[in-house]
Order: sequence, then structure tokens, then C-alpha cells
Amino acid sequence: MPAHVDGNALAGPMSELFAFDVTVATAVCGSCGDNAHMGQAMVYVSAMGHVARCRSCGDVLMVLVETPNGTMLNVRGLTGLRIAPTG
Amino acid sequence: MTTWRAATVASTARLTSTARSIVLDVPGWQGNLAGQHLDLRLTAEDGYQAVRSYSIASVGPGQLVELGVDKVVDGEVSPYLVDEVRAGDQLEIRGPLGGWFVWRPADVGPVQLVAGGSGIVPLAAMIRARRTSSSVAPFRLLYSARTPDDVLFAPELDNAGDVEITFAYTRRAPDGFARKPKRLDRTDLAELTLPPADDLTVFVCGPTGFVEAVADGLVSLGHDPARVKTERFGGA
Amino acid sequence: MAVISRGFGGRRRRAEEDLPPGQYLTEDFPVLSAGPTPVVDTAEWEFVIQTETGARHRWSWDELQALPIEEITKDIHCVTRWSKLETTWRGVSLDTLFEQVETAYDYVLAHSYGGYTTNLPLEDLLDGKAWIAFEYDDSPLAPEHGGPARLLVPHLYFWKSAKWVHGLVMQTDDEPGFWEQNGYHLYGDPWLEQRYS
Repeated sequence: MPAHVDGNALAGPMSELFAFDVTVATAVCGSCGDNAHMGQAMVYVSAMGHVARCRSCGDVLMVLVETPNGTMLNVRGLTGLRIAPTG
Repeated sequence: MTTWRAATVASTARLTSTARSIVLDVPGWQGNLAGQHLDLRLTAEDGYQAVRSYSIASVGPGQLVELGVDKVVDGEVSPYLVDEVRAGDQLEIRGPLGGWFVWRPADVGPVQLVAGGSGIVPLAAMIRARRTSSSVAPFRLLYSARTPDDVLFAPELDNAGDVEITFAYTRRAPDGFARKPKRLDRTDLAELTLPPADDLTVFVCGPTGFVEAVADGLVSLGHDPARVKTERFGGA
Repeated sequence: MAVISRGFGGRRRRAEEDLPPGQYLTEDFPVLSAGPTPVVDTAEWEFVIQTETGARHRWSWDELQALPIEEITKDIHCVTRWSKLETTWRGVSLDTLFEQVETAYDYVLAHSYGGYTTNLPLEDLLDGKAWIAFEYDDSPLAPEHGGPARLLVPHLYFWKSAKWVHGLVMQTDDEPGFWEQNGYHLYGDPWLEQRYS
């Protein structure tokens, strides 16, 4: 299933880690500087993990891998994440 | 933080020849916003697990949560949910999830909904949320289905009050239907959806190719990409 | 305390004694992707091995096809727990390609069109253990399975068999590739169940 889905797909696994809703957080792409809600990212979901890519340049923003030893969250592709106030 | 919890199938109902409504009883469910989804986890007796995301069709309080599931050919989870699962069966869920692809009754601007196939599910939740609130936000729905028999929640959509609903079909239209069966194109979008406006929000949900084509078409018609919210289905 | 879903079996499958631990047999060929499928025309395709001297050994599509081509029948094992038995491929052995390459380095980082990377010890690519494969099941390798050509290293978990392979860069150290940077095992032996780091 090579087609991607939307950043909404990150909400479940990320909700196990953080109290904030990742889909309404604003991400700045480390590669092209595009500024967008994570809900707008292109997410490739497979049993290996979730790979979120910039909607603009396609570079990797975030990788999330759930393993029996814990969750690996790699955010090297982001220069920043603005987290919206809750409520 | 959200984590997995047990849910029990309360009831199921056939929606179309390939789709089913599944109502889950989730102890402690605090309600959800229209457009949110949940992750569903199935565990086989030998420990094998599969996780999929499903949009939530229901809104409001109570611990009953309705999903609308369409069978994906060669899928792993959806055939089980459409053909096998029955009241009393147990599974696990995580949610409600996502605050991006949601409509809140406090949002007063006009709303255009565009559904492809079972992409109607979260959009039906938005129509339900509007009906159960005092919202007067203008709502319009463009719903592309294979045939009239493939329309989910048809009786409910027939009684959606002042929501302006347009159907389009890709394989077979009813007798006398003016538009010939085909995929939605840019002309359809120009004629059958609300024009771009600063306060308009568009929600597009369906299979990846459908969402891609519709979102691209809307942006080319002048819609602000930031106001065109999309939810693509993975599948299986 | 697991919640078992009655009647759920997942894909039709069975655990077999001759499979690596935790693996199930599958008849189909699942596609697993971390990004869009690159479109690579064989007219522009190339395979490059780059060594510590900066030397670049390069093969065009036609040059690759002119090398000795081998028929390969191997079992493959994906870390997502499916295994597929006796898959048949055609490709060029890495032994053939490395005949012309002088290197003292022990590791490689495989690079793909589209940006994917994976790391391997050089010795796992030699002695008849790895190929550049361009046919699967008597047909040109489909893009979703890595076509025009992919690395085929069937004795390791299948993420090591980089799809859309573009080249290998020799490394002094075992630098982690894409999945290896994100929690997957540096080596990935399915028989030792080396899934995660």
C-alpha cells in the first residue's frame, strides 16, 4: 500500500506519548521551511512504523516506531513544533 | 494521554452489500468531536495483532460509539469487521483521536463536505453534530458513490434538513439522473460545491486517489489549501 | 490480560517450524513503503559503488544486463512477520560487481532513488549472498516492489533488500540507515529475531 494518508494518522500512536494533539501542532520542515499543521503532513503507515513527510518538499519530518522495548520517535526532520493550547 | 482499552461490540447493522455499521460499547468513553477517528486493534488467539484507524460516525455523549466500515478487497481487518464480528465480541480501541479534521458546533462559517465512498462516515458525524446542536452554519455535501446502492446512511441523509446534498455516481446512476456516471472532476467541483470564501471550511474524505483529485481540483478553483482539510483512507 | 477478538485470524497464514521465530507464511507479496514510489526510467538508471578513494564504479542498465545473470530462488522474511517461501528472481550477483572494486572498508550504506538507506556489512553482500535483482516471478520487477532494480539480501530481514537501489557507499563503520536510525536492528538476522535495536 504505497499511498500515503494524512497526518491525522499520527494521532493514535502519538497520543500514547504526549498530552497534546499532534495533528493540530504546527510543524516547521527542517528541509524547506514549510509551516503546516501536522494534520496536513503526508503519512506513510506500515507495520514497520509511521513516516510523516512534508506536504511541500516530501522530506521526512517525523518517524515513529512502536517496538516492544518502547516507542522510538525521531523528529530530526523538524526545526520546530508549535503546540496549540488545549481546549 | 490515550491508551488501549477494551470495547465490546454492542450491535451491527448492514449498511450496503459491502459496508456495515458497528456500534461499540466503550466503558468510560467521554464522547467525541465530529470528524475524529479511533484506532482499533484486533488480537488473534495466537497473539497476532492488527491495528487500523476508523472514522467515528457518532457524536455526543454516552459510551456507545458507531463506526461505518466498508470492506476493502483483500483487506485483513475490514472483511472481519464487515462479515465476521458480532454482538458480544471484544476488541480494543484507542481514542477519540485527532483535532485537525473536526467540525465544532461553535464554528459558524459555511462548510462544504466532499465524500468519496465510505469517506462519508466522519462527514455524516459532522451533519449529526450540526443537527444535534443549534448550529445554523450553512452545510453542503457532495457525495460520490459507486451506485445508489452504495450510499451509506441513505435514510439519514434524506432527512438531513437544510443541509444541501448532491449525489454523484461513478459506476451507475439512478434512471433519469442527469449526470452520467464518472469520477468527480474540476467542472463538477465548480458546479456542485460552494465557491471559495475566506470563512469557508472544506472537509474531503475518501480513498487516497479521490482525496488527491478533489483537493487538487478545489485548490485550482481558488480555495485556500489551509482551509481544505483532508482525511485519506489507508485501507485493508 | 490480552483482549482476544473471536474469529480474527488475520491473513490466512500458518506458523511453520522451518520459518524463523515469530514469522508467518504468506502467499501474497505485501508492499511496505516509507515514502512515495520513485519512478526511475531504465534509460536513466545507474548503479554506483563508491569507495574510500572517491572512485565511483558505475553501471548503466544495459551494462548491468550484459553481466552474468543468475536465477535465484530464496525464502524472504519481513520484519513485519510475514515470510514467503521460494521466491524466484533474476539478477546480478554482488560478487560480480565487486570484482572490479578495491576497498578496505568493511561496511556499506545502500542508497535508493527516493532517499531510502540501509546499512550492511560488506561480507553479507559477497559469497553468493546478495544480488541486484530486476526480475521477480518471471516479470520485470514492479515499481512497488522496488523496480527497476532492488538489492536482494534474503538471509536478512527484507528491509535490508533496499528497493529502487541506486548505489552503495563503502563505510569504515556500520552507520545506521533509515529504519536502523529509528529503532530497528543494525544487522537484522531473522533466525536470531533481530528485529529491534
